[in-house]
Amino acid sequence: MMEKATLNAPIVFHVGPVPIGLEVVTTWVIMAVLVGGAWYGSRRLSATRPSRFQVILEMVVGFLGGLIRDVMGADPAVFLPLIGTLFLYIVTCNLSPLIPGVKPPTASFETTGALGLIVFFTVHSLGVRKRGLLGYLRTYLEPTVVFLPLNILGELTRTFALMVRLAGNIMSHELTIAVIISLVGLLVPIPFMALSILVGLVQAYIFTILAAVFIGGAMGTVEKG
Amino acid sequence: MNVEMISILSAGIAVGLGAIGPGIGEGIAVAGAMDALARQPEATGTITRTLFVGLAMIETMAIYCLVIALLLLFANPYVHA
Repeated sequence: MMEKATLNAPIVFHVGPVPIGLEVVTTWVIMAVLVGGAWYGSRRLSATRPSRFQVILEMVVGFLGGLIRDVMGADPAVFLPLIGTLFLYIVTCNLSPLIPGVKPPTASFETTGALGLIVFFTVHSLGVRKRGLLGYLRTYLEPTVVFLPLNILGELTRTFALMVRLAGNIMSHELTIAVIISLVGLLVPIPFMALSILVGLVQAYIFTILAAVFIGGAMGTVEKG
Repeated sequence: MNVEMISILSAGIAVGLGAIGPGIGEGIAVAGAMDALARQPEATGTITRTLFVGLAMIETMAIYCLVIALLLLFANPYVHA
């Protein structure tokens, strides 16, 4: 009999009654790497003699700031902590399978669902803070009252699509590489792995842009998408 | 035909048919973007960014089909193994 294949992550260990899956462990390692990298990079900042790592960090921050300014038309300093962290985390997750034996956490719907929920609640809380509760609720009645169910449905489905898009892309690419490795093991999978770098970067970029567009739409700085 | 065979067949059909529409749609979108780039090369940044977001939206349809196929293959609720 074939071994039963599932989409569930293997359980590493239990904390009391709670099973801890492989993704959670990978996520914590990635978080430690990101926090450690940020601490190491910002430890000795210099305006006159920047280190090589500081130049890379400045490039990343400048790129994300420009992206937020272009997409949202708002001051990037307010949104950079959230949107920049989302981008860096998703990029690190998507590129983590380049290390042999690591399964990317973004390939499972639990991780991307959590990211989608973060964006969902940010959109509504910032929308309420910017326009007031009544003013924000009134945007659901635009252009007429008839559109109320469609607007509510649109809120839910776009968050769901955000979750499915990221996880589906990354998981399908992992499966494709696994199938190719099972057919021909030597050298042939390498171009597909190189393609997975591109897919990972593009998907992280798309998730970031869509999050920025949704937040900007709720705050009224960009047209609602 | 038992449930497993039907599931495998329908997984293939789901992805195969579901990829047609997004394929045509993405082709039209990229063709439009190329046209716009040829007319206005100075707007490359905006066109590329909008194209990526639009392609992601179109691609979501194909990804939905893929997710349904994967559910049928790996997490089928009607197969009790």
